[in-house]
Amino acid sequence: MAVGLALFFALPVVMVAAAALTPAGETWAHLSETVLPRYIVNTVWLMVGVGIGTAAIGTGTAWLVTMCEFPGRRLFEWALFLPMAVPAYVLAYAYTGLFDVAGPVQGLLRDLTGWSVRDYWFPDVRSLPGAIAMMVLVLYPYVYLITRAAFLEQSVCVLEMGRTLGCSPWGAFRRLGLPLARPAVVTGVSLALMEALGDFGTVQYFAVDTFTAGIFRTWLGLGDPVSAAHLAAMLLGAIGFLMVAERLARGRARFHHTTTRYRPLTRLSLSPLAGVGAWLACALPIALGFLVPATALGVWALGEEGMATGAFLTYTRNTLALAVPTAVLAVGLAVLLGYGRRLGLSAPGRAAVRIAAMGYAVPGAVIAVGILVPLSTFDNALDAWMREHFDISTGLLLSGTVGAVIFAYLVRFLAVAFNTVEAGLEKVTPNMDAAARSLGRGPLDTLRRVHLPMMRASLFTAGLLVFVDVMKELPATLMMRPFNFDTLAVKAHELASDERLAEAAMPSLAIVAVGVLPVILLSRAIATSRPGAAQGARG
Amino acid sequence: MSGLAFRAVTHHFGRRIAVDTLDLEVAAGEVVCLLGPSGCGKTTTLRLAAGLETLQSGAILIDDAVVADAGGALPPEKRQIGLIFQDYALFPHLSVLDNVAFGLGRGHSVAEAQTALDKVGLGDRGRSFPHMLSGGEQQRVALARALAPRPRVMLMDEPFSGLDVRLRDKVRDETLALLASTGAAVLLVTHDPEEAMRMADRIALMRAGRVVQLGTPESLYNRPADAGAARFFAEANTIRARVGADGRVETPLGVLSGAGLAAGTAVEVLIRPHALRPVAAGEGVAARVARSRLLGADSLVEFHVDGAGAVVSARIAPPVLPAPGAEMCLSLDLGQCFVFEDRGDGPK
Repeated sequence: MAVGLALFFALPVVMVAAAALTPAGETWAHLSETVLPRYIVNTVWLMVGVGIGTAAIGTGTAWLVTMCEFPGRRLFEWALFLPMAVPAYVLAYAYTGLFDVAGPVQGLLRDLTGWSVRDYWFPDVRSLPGAIAMMVLVLYPYVYLITRAAFLEQSVCVLEMGRTLGCSPWGAFRRLGLPLARPAVVTGVSLALMEALGDFGTVQYFAVDTFTAGIFRTWLGLGDPVSAAHLAAMLLGAIGFLMVAERLARGRARFHHTTTRYRPLTRLSLSPLAGVGAWLACALPIALGFLVPATALGVWALGEEGMATGAFLTYTRNTLALAVPTAVLAVGLAVLLGYGRRLGLSAPGRAAVRIAAMGYAVPGAVIAVGILVPLSTFDNALDAWMREHFDISTGLLLSGTVGAVIFAYLVRFLAVAFNTVEAGLEKVTPNMDAAARSLGRGPLDTLRRVHLPMMRASLFTAGLLVFVDVMKELPATLMMRPFNFDTLAVKAHELASDERLAEAAMPSLAIVAVGVLPVILLSRAIATSRPGAAQGARG
Repeated sequence: MSGLAFRAVTHHFGRRIAVDTLDLEVAAGEVVCLLGPSGCGKTTTLRLAAGLETLQSGAILIDDAVVADAGGALPPEKRQIGLIFQDYALFPHLSVLDNVAFGLGRGHSVAEAQTALDKVGLGDRGRSFPHMLSGGEQQRVALARALAPRPRVMLMDEPFSGLDVRLRDKVRDETLALLASTGAAVLLVTHDPEEAMRMADRIALMRAGRVVQLGTPESLYNRPADAGAARFFAEANTIRARVGADGRVETPLGVLSGAGLAAGTAVEVLIRPHALRPVAAGEGVAARVARSRLLGADSLVEFHVDGAGAVVSARIAPPVLPAPGAEMCLSLDLGQCFVFEDRGDGPK
């Protein structure tokens, strides 16, 4: 049964991959001559920019907070995660509002200098470099998270060995710490790039033509599902490439754990000037990626042009109607898959679970295409058949229902729940299973009496993570939602696209506020589960 | 026969054979130790008995009833077995009393669990949680939990190796007494020969999935079936030689019986360090001390003996601690020397 389930959730991805093999129509030929080169060039530049930016900020801040001592370090250690709570598209709305011609920054500039709008040049946020900046600011925490863990885990003994062999502290970092952390940096950057590839809200809003924007436009604008599926398949190929790169980097990372001994690090104490530099280097990403946009959104949301409370509640209700069932279902399915795997699955079963858990890497737009193509085919066929035989039109029976949207979310976010639940299951040692079974409890009773109580915290975390991801999700919702069914994310996107940023502020802020919850959980989990944390506290 | 029985059990992991046509019986009230190095198949045997691995071929019986054979297998929860692991596998979210009551039916479970806890001397710790107990106490809770449902078979996987050395002997004796009072058939897995000899009525020495030798601890120690069995219980000096025309084996350390092997047969002579005894000058074999160390109850002395090749190790009771270079005479205790046909599989 677990195998069947896993395959069911792998289906949309398979559909898209299969679409690459079907012949495309004239539109595709037209697309590949006109816009496809632009999609490719823009996407490549976006990747390069986001890759370099996240690697630099993520690795730099990770190194500063793990290896150096300076004022505020302990605060930065967790605050550097905060921008993770902000979806890139929300950041895009905030900075567009701030840097617009009519926005406060240019206004202040004009007031100070007495220039008029025509007298100066100001960089346009709504551009490719702008999109890169937005994504770097919210995606660097991936690199920070993983690289910081690598620094904490690998290097104490190795770095000290380097020192005894004559390296300076900086030399030891450059020659040992950084090379050893390289697999972690690669992993973090690949995750950030996958997110960037899947981003839809930012590029659509900034009118930067990348693949996701192209899929959406081809689907809704040109009404050509086959070409959209072709674009989606190409994007899937790029994601697959990144996943292989990430897997290879992780494979190598395993060799780097040459010691199991963890000791508190002796941090470099910085000179006052260097300390200020370090403080600024850590404070800037937090300020730009979280504090400034959150403040701006807060001011606009509370202002006169903010969204009316009644409307806000409607969108919140719609969002909850999607997020709550998805979270509950995802956790339930994850338990089923995880426990099924534990009870012993064949090799194809394990492979199916792995494929089903891959959905997270697949952009929402791709999943939407993978679901909508078969669904609408089915709907149209059924409609035609019913009309022919019974003279009844069934219309679109399945596509455009809440059920279809939730299915799309499950395909995309099942992996999030699954990984968290798996981690929780690992706390129950196989011997405990065996003990419970030998004491006369069947598999389901064992699950109920041993596993579930022990995993309560993990189940909650898994549900929360899915809940937040659903709240943030934009492209799949936009493409699949029932007519006139607006969520917070969708409404924020529509309002921002209509240049009604002040109204978009309230739903955006709500998304950010809920997004902060898992960040807090994450930073707490890291603080308590860090290897050597206990010794550090004692010593 | 009441108790646990394996009939021609064979188990593969992929192409590797883990258990090879194993036949073994453990009578009710008997303690049998599966002894062997890691990877010899002893833990797999235990997991097969518990039903944690699916039996591939052969049959397993408990109290003369088949619990697993080619036709199918009872799941673990239906076998009435008790299991104890090295890590005890206590449920961290349940109190000690709830842990012990876990395997009991509803209704009378609390009183019975309390009785079981009283038996292991932890009657007053029922409300504690597992992490609040010491290692020895956790082991006793695991024992109480496994015994509370009155299993017919107890299966123990290295149950004492998580314990401090000083605590281990005491816990072993208590466990043994408690097990004896239940009359269950006990199968205990260990890699420690001393533990096996302390606990077992019979020892099954396993190697590469097969039982090499089965018998009382005394018979395994004093009459090992082959060179590997002899070495497993205690390190030994190995000397290669051939059986002479008179049926005896001559070594630089003395002359031994050829164990009935034909003249000219290549043999391995195993001489336990305790077999070498210092004797008065002029008797035995002359030897020169290479190195000596006092180890506590024994001294370890390494000798050069003409013709013996490498150094020969001996364990000698203190206070004798000869200095390097000293000349001594040694004789052999033939009861701790063994002669086996040399199959070329011993250490070089």
